Order: sequence, then structure tokens, then C-alpha cells
Amino acid sequence: MLDQFDPRLDADFPAVDPAVLRARLEPLLPAGGLLTRLESIRAYETDGLPAYRALPAVVALPETVEQVAAILRACRDLGVPVVARGAGTGLSGGALPFPGGVLLVLSKFSRILGIDPVAMTARVQPGVRNLAVSEAAAPHGLFYAPDPSSQLACSIGGNVAENAGGVHCLKYGLTVHNILSAQVVTLDGEILTLGGPASDAAGYDLMALFTGSEGLLGVVTEVLLRLQPLPETTRLILAAFDDVGRAAEAVAAIMAAGVVPAGLEMMDGPALRAAEDFAGAGYPRDAAAILLCEIDGQAEDVAEEIERVSGLLRASGATEVRIARDEAERRRFWAGRKGAFPAMGRLAPDYYCIDGAIPRKALPFVLAEMGRLAEVHGLEVANVFHAGDGNLHPLILYDANREGDLEKAEALGGAILELCVSVGGSITGEHGVGREKINQMCVQFSPAEVNAFHALKAAFDPAGLLNPGKAIPTLARCAEYGGMHVHNGALPFAHLERF
Amino acid sequence: MEPFPLPTSNGSDADLTAALAEALRGAAADRRPLEIRGGGTHAGMGRPVPATPLEMTGHRGVVDYDPAELVLTARAGTPLSEIEALLAGNGQMLAFEPPRLGPGGTLGGAVATGLSGPRRPFTGGVRDFVLGVRILDGRGEVLRFGGTVFKNVAGFDAFRLMAGAHGTLGVLLDVSLRVVPRPAVEVARVLDLPSSEALERVADLMRRPLPLSGAFHDGRRLHLRLSGGRAGVEAAAARIGGEAADPAAWDAIRDLTHPALSGPGGLWRIALPRTGPSGDFASLPWDQGGGVRWLAAEAPPPEAWAQAASLGGHIERIRGAAGPAFQPLSPALLALHQRVKAALDPDGLLNPGRMYAEI
Repeated sequence: MLDQFDPRLDADFPAVDPAVLRARLEPLLPAGGLLTRLESIRAYETDGLPAYRALPAVVALPETVEQVAAILRACRDLGVPVVARGAGTGLSGGALPFPGGVLLVLSKFSRILGIDPVAMTARVQPGVRNLAVSEAAAPHGLFYAPDPSSQLACSIGGNVAENAGGVHCLKYGLTVHNILSAQVVTLDGEILTLGGPASDAAGYDLMALFTGSEGLLGVVTEVLLRLQPLPETTRLILAAFDDVGRAAEAVAAIMAAGVVPAGLEMMDGPALRAAEDFAGAGYPRDAAAILLCEIDGQAEDVAEEIERVSGLLRASGATEVRIARDEAERRRFWAGRKGAFPAMGRLAPDYYCIDGAIPRKALPFVLAEMGRLAEVHGLEVANVFHAGDGNLHPLILYDANREGDLEKAEALGGAILELCVSVGGSITGEHGVGREKINQMCVQFSPAEVNAFHALKAAFDPAGLLNPGKAIPTLARCAEYGGMHVHNGALPFAHLERF
Repeated sequence: MEPFPLPTSNGSDADLTAALAEALRGAAADRRPLEIRGGGTHAGMGRPVPATPLEMTGHRGVVDYDPAELVLTARAGTPLSEIEALLAGNGQMLAFEPPRLGPGGTLGGAVATGLSGPRRPFTGGVRDFVLGVRILDGRGEVLRFGGTVFKNVAGFDAFRLMAGAHGTLGVLLDVSLRVVPRPAVEVARVLDLPSSEALERVADLMRRPLPLSGAFHDGRRLHLRLSGGRAGVEAAAARIGGEAADPAAWDAIRDLTHPALSGPGGLWRIALPRTGPSGDFASLPWDQGGGVRWLAAEAPPPEAWAQAASLGGHIERIRGAAGPAFQPLSPALLALHQRVKAALDPDGLLNPGRMYAEI
């Protein structure tokens, strides 16, 4: 299991006496701001990927940017690894503590500092929940666009670290497209502002580099978010298909026609039936796949586009095209999609959510190949996609109580990610590499590229203490992992020593 | 699905990756800095680089384009005009509307200079549409960052970092861009509103879900552009009022050839928070809803730099020769820039000094 950090393959730091650590950090924090007892630390041993667990030596709960800076400086001086954590909803183990290290929890940074309805911006602390921003902006007719499915609980700091997407990013962009600037603290305790309130800040676009850097470059302490006007009208179409490939072709037809849907989601038969049983969304249970296509904008345009998209769906062989009659039906159609993950509980005791991205045109091939891989590994897969942007979420069904099932699920997950890379895609569309996909990074990137990532990290964090063992693998790890995955007889990383 | 047939560019397409890598390795071997040259249309933007030229215009051609994918990949030396014509033929376009500062501008130049046109506040800037790049780093190593998919969070977004880095972090070999559908209808309106009232009006319009795609003030009148479906655009135009104008006039606003931006001296781009105070820049013509003020002058007054910074903005030179070419960075940020530069170009061979003397 990858929650076991391997000093040979990840990073090796001399152990720090917890008593020394406590003595150094306690004076830097308000009373009760440093958790050291096992029973209080235990709550932080895992994030949204509960299969991975590790215990930090201490959990720090700073309340000011100065405290964050002081803690980071202390960690640098002591040479102790530090992992930042927001709401802990991430799905790739990005906030998994480093064993024996410091876990820096930003939950006390929970204030919305201001909404400027004229500039259409929100200044927030990193612990603010994603949905809380849109709720605060709504009275001004504005909203914050990125809407990861965890938006009720996930925090903005984590969204920046992961470059979070969501159902609507096809039209409204990812986190990187919706933030103007961030205050960040480096391991040296330096407080920097990246980006700015004016577009295209002077110098390098370090804001873009920092977004999605999974806590490896610095700690976010404040963010200036871009808000957008709430659309005047939103309508949703549900289309059913008796063949998954035809549904994929319909997606291509919609995109090629110049329509930019606010959301374009697809579910295959097993996923839609489980979701229907779970949420009673009104999905046609006998379909091989359904598409949900949301169109928003000015009322006049939406009416026109709904007409066009309905025509395209029928022309692509949809067996049924339903337009949500009213807001209640629209919400019900969405409830099925949004409940797809918990609905898996009806199919199997456990599921493992994969997050690959592929060019849309590769969808029919990838679906077929995924079915074959599932058969080889002896597990079932249900599929939910952000079809418009080629982001797949295969859900591998398994039973953790059955001997060897989890290992099989992990192996199948890895094979699916490598399949995504082989068609020109990516091992992660929105969940991040974290700890979970550290090995698959070696498949997507060459040793020279991995080295470049390490060099960029070192520009921010020369000692490599921020979130070590995550996001960017060591070349030693790639050599070891590559050795197990010999492609076409060629051994990658041939120049490296084998362990 | 059949691959989309690509234009052949009269047989001039060529992949010079191997030769460029060789040239870079040679330069690295004798520590000889290089000046990366495209079409030369943006030469006025940075500081001069006294170094051996590395000519990029021969490395050209569209590598991959499938309209249904909304992604185009082309070599850096490909003329922008060729790419825009190909996209237009398929009902698509570059959403960031790169200003065409002269004939012969290349894709690599448009990305490296990071300059976005009037659509910037409505649809986004260059870096928002870069999905991936292949570069040569300072050692002549070919690196690929990002890819051709919309959502990709594996590894750092080093590809976005290339937009606006003026070639100082890598030689762009090819770039994958997200492209967007061309709007069905585009109309222009002109309103007789003085600058400050126009700013308020635009800020108010931008808070509503209207199909705005341009808001420019020439010093006397407000120019608005609307893009989208016919019904929505017509309804919005009726709400906005003013007189109808020719949307083709927006080419001059995009390409910085509008009379309000012309003059014998230089041209300076002053980016400010769109709705904040504008200090001494209040009387200048503006674009991007007020986010960019244009100063046609030999050089900004000396105090302008500090004032732009205090307003949350920054200045950069588009045309001319007076210095500095870019807003000075704080010591801490400059030090970070130096470390980032050293990460990808440890010997400082790529366009050294193009942006700042230290990088």
C-alpha cells in the first residue's frame, strides 16, 4: 500500500524527537493550537482516500499568516516534513500526513474577508468552504464557478492546491481560471503575493504554476477569487442511448456543432441504474448510457441551443430525449448524477474512484478496452464521466473484506490510468496525483520531465520538506516501478541503479 | 474517426526539433546565450538580447487539429495567420485574440509574449487556453508539459508558465491550445459616454449575464462588442442602446492600430484592477472593460511605475525603446524568478535579460 512511505523510494529525513518538535512549535501557536495526543491526532490520519493512513507527530492549527510563517520556518530549521491540509476531502491522498512530521491544518482560516460586487471578486481565507463563496455571492447575482462534487465541504485552499474542477468547468474553467491572486507562504516563512488584482501580473505566471501544485511549493493563506454573473436561464436535457459508443459520438457531435454546454455528463448502464435506485432521478433503467447536457445563458440563446442540441442528440441515435420541465425535474436529474458515487454502495461493499482524462475521440476505444481490463482483473466497473471535457471516473467495485480484492482494484486502477496515457491523456483530470498516483507519474512523464518538476519545486522549497513523497515521484521510485512495467521489452530508466 | 486533413502549407512545414536541440546543446557546451527569434513582430516588447539568434520560423506546421476536439497543436514557428485561417474555416477561433503587431507573427511569439486581446476579461488570456507545450530547456533537452486534454492536473502546470515568459524558461517547440467556437453573430455598438461614466456603465453590464466580448474607450466614445447567438445578441444590443457600428472595426482595437493608440513614440500597456481607482491614468484610452489603459508616448512619466504598482497594477512596453520594458518586481519575487529561471535554464542561455536583467 502506498500509504507506507519508503525512505529509499520517496524521501528520507532524519527523525525528529517529538518532544523537541512540541517545545519548538507550542510557543508559536495560540493555546490549544498544537495537537499532540494520539486521540486528537488520529482524526487527521487520513483524507478523502481513507484506504491510506499515516500519523503525524503533531497537528498545528494556526490562526494567522504570521503563525503559519513561524511554523514553516521552524520546520525548515528542524528539517521536519510538513503537510498542509484544508478540509481533507481530497481523493488522492494529497493531505495524507507524513509519518512523524507536522500536519498544518488551515481550518481556522475560515473567513470570507470581503465580496466586491462591482469588481466581481471575493477575498477569502483558505479554509472557507467552496459552496460558502457562491452562497455569499448570490445576493449580488454572482457565483464562484468551480464546483467540485465535494463543494459542500471542500475548502478554497485545497481547491487551489488541487486546481479543482467540477461539473461546470467545461464552460467556466478550472480553479486556475477563476483566481486572480493568492497570498502564499514559503518554507522559509516568506509571505508572497502571486498574481494580482489586475490581469496578467508582471513577470512569470507563478500563480498558474502554484495552482494545482498539491502543497509542494508553499501554503496558501489568502485568495482573491473571480466571481461570475449567475446565468439568467439554465436548462437540462437528458438523453438515453442503447449503445455507449453512440452516446460518445453524440458528445462529439454537440461539441463539433459549436455548442459549449455548461455541463455534459455521461453515465453507463451500471452507473445509471445504481444512481436511479439510490436517488429515484427518473433515469430510463434499460438504457446503455445516458447523457445530461446543461445549457445556460440568456433566455433567448438557451431556447435556441436546447432546440439544436435536442436535434443533434436525436440525429446521433438517442432513443429518448427529455428536457427537464421545471427546476424540480432539473434538480432531480442532477441528483442521480451527484449521488452516483454513494449509489455504488448498492452494487458492492467498496468502490475505488479513478480519475483519468482522455481526448474525447478516444472514448469508444477506452470504454471497450476498460471493459476488457476489468474482465482480466475479475472486477466490475461502473462509469461516470465529465464527457464534455474527456474526464473519466471509472468506479471499480470490490470488497475490502475479500482477500486480495483491494490489491486487484489498485492494479486495475493503475492499468486504466496507463490506458489513458497511451491514448494521449492524463493520469488525473481533477483529483490530483497526491500519494495515490505517484507511480503512474512515471508512465506519463520522462525522467527529464520529472527532474524539471523537482527543480521547480526546489526553486520554492530547496530542502524538499513540503509534502514530500507526493505528486512528483523520485527517479528511484520510477526505476523501481518502471522495472515492474516493462513496455515493449524496453526497460525505462536503464541508467539508474536497481534496488 | 478519420483524422482531420491538415493544410500542407505549400510544403513548407518542417519539424526542426532535432536541429534546434542540436543548436541548443552546442550553445550549452560553450555557454553561448541565444536570442530566440520568431516573426519579430513583438520585438518592441522586451529588452534587447545581445546573443546568437535561434531562428524559429522554419519550425512550422499544424501537427494536429480535430475541430470536434476543440484542440489544435502546432509548431511554434507556424504563422498565426495560417492558424487563424484554418480555425475560421472550421467555425472556430483563438479565444484570447492575440494582437497582430505586424505580418509574420508566429504562434510561439503569441504564447511567449502572453499578450491577450479585447476578449481577455470575458473569455480569458493566453495562459488560460494553453493545454500543453513541448519545449527545449536550457540544456537542449526536449520536455513535454501538459497535453491535449482540457483537464489535466498531473505534474506542475509548467505549460501555463511558458505563456508570457518571453522564451526565458524554454524554447517553445509546439503548443496545444484549446480553441473555441466562433460566435454565430457579432455586433458592435458605439455609445457617446465620457470615460468615467463609460467605466461605470461597463462594470454594470459585466455584472449581468450579457454576451459582451469587448469594451473599449477611445478617449471620447465607448465601443462595445457583443458575440453569441442571434437572439441573445440582438436582445442585449437593444438593451444597451447606442448606435450600431461595424464589428470589423474591432480589428484595429485588437491589433493596437486604432488611432487612439497610434503615435510616433512608444505604446505602453498599463494593467489596472478593472473597477478600481485609476489615478493619473484616468484620462487614457482603455480596453478590456477598463483593465488595460493605453499610453501612447515615448515613455511613461517616471512616477507612473510606482503609481501603477500602488493601484495594484503594472506597466509593460509594447512598442518603443525607452526602459524599463516591464514593471520592476519586488526583491523577494525577483529572487523567486531567478530560482525558477535557474530550474529550467541553469546556465541562463535562453533570451537572458529579455524581461529583466537578472533572468
